[in-house]
Amino acid sequence: MNRRHFWGGLAVGAFASAGVALIEPHSVPQEKKRFAEIPAAERRRNRFLNAVLRTHEGEEVRLYDDLIKDRTVLINFMYTNCIGEATCPLMTANLARVQRALGPRVGRDIFMYSITLDPEHDTPGVLKQYARAFEVQQGWLFLTGNKDTVEAVRRNLGFAYSDPVIDQDRTQHIGMVKYGIEPLERWAGCAALSKPETIVRNVFRMEPKRARAFG
Amino acid sequence: MRRNIITSDTRRREKIVGRYMQEIREIAKAGLSRRELLKMGLVMGAGGLAGLLGTRAFKPYWAHARDVFPFISPPNTPFQDALPIPPVMRPVTLNPEPTEHPNPHPAATERVPHGVAYVTGFTEADRPAHQRWEQFLPAEMYESIEQPVSNNFYPAVDGVPPSTVWTFVERSTGAIGPLRIKARYGEPVLHRVHNALPQENGGFGINKTSTHLHNGHTASESDGGPLHGYDAGQFKDYHYANARAGFASTHPETALNGRTVRGDVRETMSFLWFHDHEHDFTAQNTYKGLASFYTLASDDILLDTDDETTGLKLPSGEFDIPMLFMDKVFGPTTGQLFFDLFNLDGILGDKETVNGKIQPFLEVKRRKYRFRLLGGGPSRVREFFLSNGAPFIQISNDGNLLPRPIERKSIRLQVAERVDVIVDFSKARSGDRIYLQNRLEQISGRGPTGNIIAPTNLVEFRVAEDAPDCAFDVTKQLLALPDMNARIAQRRHWKFDRSGGAWSVNGVFFNEEISAFIRQNTAEIWTFESGGGWVHPAHPHMEEFQIRTRDGKPPPIYEIARKDMVGVGENVIGTRNSGEVEVFIQFRDWLGDYPMHCHNTVHEDHGMMILFKVVEAVQ
Repeated sequence: MNRRHFWGGLAVGAFASAGVALIEPHSVPQEKKRFAEIPAAERRRNRFLNAVLRTHEGEEVRLYDDLIKDRTVLINFMYTNCIGEATCPLMTANLARVQRALGPRVGRDIFMYSITLDPEHDTPGVLKQYARAFEVQQGWLFLTGNKDTVEAVRRNLGFAYSDPVIDQDRTQHIGMVKYGIEPLERWAGCAALSKPETIVRNVFRMEPKRARAFG
Repeated sequence: MRRNIITSDTRRREKIVGRYMQEIREIAKAGLSRRELLKMGLVMGAGGLAGLLGTRAFKPYWAHARDVFPFISPPNTPFQDALPIPPVMRPVTLNPEPTEHPNPHPAATERVPHGVAYVTGFTEADRPAHQRWEQFLPAEMYESIEQPVSNNFYPAVDGVPPSTVWTFVERSTGAIGPLRIKARYGEPVLHRVHNALPQENGGFGINKTSTHLHNGHTASESDGGPLHGYDAGQFKDYHYANARAGFASTHPETALNGRTVRGDVRETMSFLWFHDHEHDFTAQNTYKGLASFYTLASDDILLDTDDETTGLKLPSGEFDIPMLFMDKVFGPTTGQLFFDLFNLDGILGDKETVNGKIQPFLEVKRRKYRFRLLGGGPSRVREFFLSNGAPFIQISNDGNLLPRPIERKSIRLQVAERVDVIVDFSKARSGDRIYLQNRLEQISGRGPTGNIIAPTNLVEFRVAEDAPDCAFDVTKQLLALPDMNARIAQRRHWKFDRSGGAWSVNGVFFNEEISAFIRQNTAEIWTFESGGGWVHPAHPHMEEFQIRTRDGKPPPIYEIARKDMVGVGENVIGTRNSGEVEVFIQFRDWLGDYPMHCHNTVHEDHGMMILFKVVEAVQ
């Protein structure tokens, strides 16, 4: 066995495209030629439902095209009547501090989205009041929509448990904030109740070419 | 598509998924051809999905399986490709020469094999000065490059295109990871790691890395902690003293087999690994391929010598084979390695890979072998069996020699746990096929159900001709355990929990603050606790520990060992919850910050980690 290339592949140039060459057509039987490389743009789009949601300003938006595409985003789920562990108000207040810490980039290239888990109650009007109560600034949208749509979006974004019983219990909902640099396909997340400076640092750390401190 | 969400109890749901998986296994057993499977819609793809949903027999179960796997990988033909044997890295001369402080010179031009990334001009990332540099000047140096590599996990016969993975590539030879560094006690190693990863990630991963030597008794600046990462275009020199714990504190010198060495001989390690540990991206980058082996020989005390004619006479050379087990998912229409970015519970794959190949085979001779088994995560726990019912002779736990060998019919391995086992093929007949199997049921990233089910074959051993055997004596003592009689300076309790739907330790989500300041050269008792419903493999860096009690009682015999990992929670042992583990741990010789975290890397990346800092004792 050739030990140097035992993985059966050749190293490809470090800065070459991440694409891979398909196997020579003549060496592959007809039925096996079913794999096709997906262009990055299509892979990015396929990751998200492009569902129609409504903002707290009453505007109709599409999840991918209008909210996520080409942006750095922070996304969490909440509902205005959160009474279980009553963490939603704390999370929203915490994210308001995050918004202030992120500064003027919010609304420019960074956007924040809070999607309701209770779309029947949380109409755009209710969400607008809620946003005002937390002194939410420009660049942070509260979102609602058709009940099934919101549920599909929740699962699409992974704010779901593998245990279906817990998953259906809204009072135990996922208190994460997920952040991503969509064009770079970098996605991560942490608790929405993490220290605001931690959330801010986590977002900045994902950005390319940043001198990083150690310590 | 209408989703059929079952709101009944978990147990029932598990049963349904189990039935689904059973059905898949039965179909596989019936030996239906790929064409027939295609017809039934079992081969995914847009048409496949529709076909599956339209196939009556499968319809009721599909919704549940979908929650377990985001989709089903293309089918593979098992046992087509040989198990890749990790290439042993070759020592090199580094240019520029490594330095105590970050290197003032950029990487020099080297002649490199075709395909190896161009790293000339890369500069060393900022870092604190190496501790004890003069004391442990590097004796052996290695150089690798983190870069994209094309690897086909599938055999050619399946027609699935290769995936682009990120892995360690040896700069001088172009050898591709998983690599293996063979280090020796008494010979400090310096490993220069260049980050030549592209910004474009093919869907997941980040081109910032921090290489952690798992179980290394290593200075903080070379430990590869989560906040020590660096960018593409940089390199970092990782300095591994390869000195036994206690060398600058409790045990300046000890002796074994007539040889006197620095440190406590009873802290001798054998089997470590290194993998990316970048904050928030450990699961993604490790899954993408940034993982390799580091084995540590103790020929200085004639123990585990990497030579089967000396010391313990353990199987060596071609008979000493490390195996990295990682379960993965491949896109049904692309054939590309896929990572579920938004999963929070833990990630499972439907294809079992070993050293980068799905279900490989290994030709073995009729004699003893040493297999080093490593669960690479992100979230799968396995229980290994041999298909012929033969036992494993377990000689290590977490890669540390046990007091004496233990014979075991099966071995359960948490994420990042390691065992060394001796498997004896001398009683098998030439031509026999024996399988290394996993029989532990796991249907979600939360942890295994604890049930032993029908096997999944991981490796096929093809028994070939005779070969002279090694003289390893399974009845002999291996290595005594260090004593635990040091004065306890502090007790700490770490509770792994889900708080408000996020992962926490003691109710706190990971942040950059230090959760514990620990005086250097002291001993502590740590308790790891987890509620039910989840398994959390706990892992403190810096020094290994010993388990004092599990749920208030002595641990099982195979856990009477030096450990750096311990499973806490549901179904850790059998089908029982084991929620509290108390360990004895010391913090000797080095200084600086280190993490302690859950090694279900999905949990780790979502908050389940703390930092502690070892500080000089103030007199």
